[in-house]
Amino acid sequence: MNNSVYSPGHTACAGCGQSLAVRLVLEATGKNTIVVNNTGCLEVFSTKYPESAFEVPFIHSLFENAAAVASGVEAALKYLGKKEQINVIAQAGDGGTADIGLQALSGMMERGHDVLYVCYDNEAYMNTGIQRSGLTPLLAHTTTSPKGSQSWGNLRPKKPMPEIARAHGIPYVAVASIGFPQDIQRKVKKACSIKGPKYIQIHVPCPLGWQYSPQQTIEIGKLAVETGLYPLIEYEYGKLTAVRKISPKPVEEYLKTQGRFKHILDKPEQIKQIQEIADTNIAFYGLRIEEQPAASAA
Amino acid sequence: MKEFLEGSMTVAKSVALCRPGVISAYPITPQTHIVEELAQMIADGHLKAEFVNVESEHSAASVVLGAEATGVRSYTATSSQGLLLMGEVIFNIAGLRLPLVLTDANRAVSAPINIWNDHQDTISLRDSGWVQLYVENNQEAMDFHILAYRLAEDKSIMLPVMVCMDGFILTHGIEIVDVPSQEQVDKFLPAFKPLYKLDVDNPLTLGPLADPDYYMETRYAIHQTHKKVLKLLPKLTMEFAKIFGRSYDGLVEGYQLKGAEKVIVAMGSVCGTIKDVIDQMRQKGKKVGLLKITCFRPFPAQAVYEALKNVPKVAVIDRSLSLGSFAPLASEIRALFFNKTKRPKTISSFILGLGGRDITMDSIKQIFSIISKREVDNEFIDLKPELIKENYE
Repeated sequence: MNNSVYSPGHTACAGCGQSLAVRLVLEATGKNTIVVNNTGCLEVFSTKYPESAFEVPFIHSLFENAAAVASGVEAALKYLGKKEQINVIAQAGDGGTADIGLQALSGMMERGHDVLYVCYDNEAYMNTGIQRSGLTPLLAHTTTSPKGSQSWGNLRPKKPMPEIARAHGIPYVAVASIGFPQDIQRKVKKACSIKGPKYIQIHVPCPLGWQYSPQQTIEIGKLAVETGLYPLIEYEYGKLTAVRKISPKPVEEYLKTQGRFKHILDKPEQIKQIQEIADTNIAFYGLRIEEQPAASAA
Repeated sequence: MKEFLEGSMTVAKSVALCRPGVISAYPITPQTHIVEELAQMIADGHLKAEFVNVESEHSAASVVLGAEATGVRSYTATSSQGLLLMGEVIFNIAGLRLPLVLTDANRAVSAPINIWNDHQDTISLRDSGWVQLYVENNQEAMDFHILAYRLAEDKSIMLPVMVCMDGFILTHGIEIVDVPSQEQVDKFLPAFKPLYKLDVDNPLTLGPLADPDYYMETRYAIHQTHKKVLKLLPKLTMEFAKIFGRSYDGLVEGYQLKGAEKVIVAMGSVCGTIKDVIDQMRQKGKKVGLLKITCFRPFPAQAVYEALKNVPKVAVIDRSLSLGSFAPLASEIRALFFNKTKRPKTISSFILGLGGRDITMDSIKQIFSIISKREVDNEFIDLKPELIKENYE
């Protein structure tokens, strides 16, 4: 019997963090899963007719509506009396989640659908050629937030999607990273054991968009976590229940691995701005080993 | 059983008789009474279905898309801006070959914002791949929803159907309607057995990427399937007549066409007004008639040709515009007579009733009077000259 849920042979780039994460997620959810996918890299590289990497039922509709389509799939399964046995996964990139798909996602969470929404965050619109999204980090160079003589790149910090999801009062919100594969699977399995809307955001480095060599994907993912720039956290019913503790490394260690930050590497003022983001995360979530999180008191 | 029913109640009852499993909608005037009534039926336990209250029409269409793809008969209703906001999903549903049924309470499109009736909303989505049926009265609204599900789910069709009914005029108008029994509807419309669905025991990929090697054939397939609709719909209405005792052609309806020298072509509730005018004029010996188009997509070119080929003077009423060009229905009527030897001497085009402007019996008489004298194009009837500020000559 073929136990694969997501087959190799698709056309993702070498070192694609998203593709690795998809396999880990679907291995954790298992065969009794229906996948609803927003438009983006993933759908393009995995389902080019007449081939498909998915060996679970899969539907792609549009860029912004996976959360709504998944709501309909869930409602239909409830009507059929089959929801208890089947996981419904909505998945999208960062643009499809935090920008164009945010309204549909908010509706799905507010209505309480029993759906796990997975955001694969590679921090820009990679499928269309590395344009800036609401989850592009501060000062990153993208094709629509380019560095230039009058610009340091992206002018805004990342939209706090996990906090936005948490504010909906849903039972489970988690942040994971391709740097910690077992952690992804643990969180996905936990999410599937909880009824109601779940949101997991997975940091998935993109060699092409971030300008690094494909073999560094896991290492760069780890560095984002270890610098405090991408805190791995879990909220259950609005309460912070777990964080991955770190001995924070300076953010330069992360920034220097990627071409998208090359223009600020010798600019202390700009690096300081990014270090402040990490420091705020470290304090807010209590990331430093032997430290209590401010977020749990909030 | 005959009941005195508002159009929206009629649609809700019809949809409930079709036993949908998932209903999703976002409120917009004048669609609201339909979905309120369905929500109440579910709340009272008279209808077993999931009702999903969404945050936009885009999501309403997406929810029923997902439900239908999971193999459950589903339903939504909207109007005007709501249909336009759904627009992207509307095309997607047809491309995915999902046999949904949607009611559009026809309403004008903003700006300026206007909640009253014309056909601009649905006409603007005529190329989406959906079958479009325009109903004249509440009885047709009752019957064509049942027909719509049967047509959509036919294994040779698998296309969505939009039932277009005039906002307020029908949705809020009260008429006597013959409400069929559940047994009759169950006999005509069996439980939905999808050809394909999201099923963990038989995993399929729906909505893949089709590159230039594959895309064009998918569009050809929908186009060809529309031709099958033209053959199937009249057969289904014959079967419908045997069970329900009401007969329709399904594509077009001729009224007083025999020997008619002047014929109006129109869609929707205005056909009732036109029939009254024709009755009056026929009593005075005027040879006038009506060709009602029920099925606008697919366009029943052959049926229209047969009905109009010997009519000397034709007037086409459009309740929408293709701004900057010829009126939508009129251009189709003219196009089908291209290269035909038998054809009307004149085909005039009239624009009426935009944004809910009343179409009176006098408006219709005026049309018959104008085409007696000359052929006109995009002739606006009942314009108010005092409101026109610029000189467009």
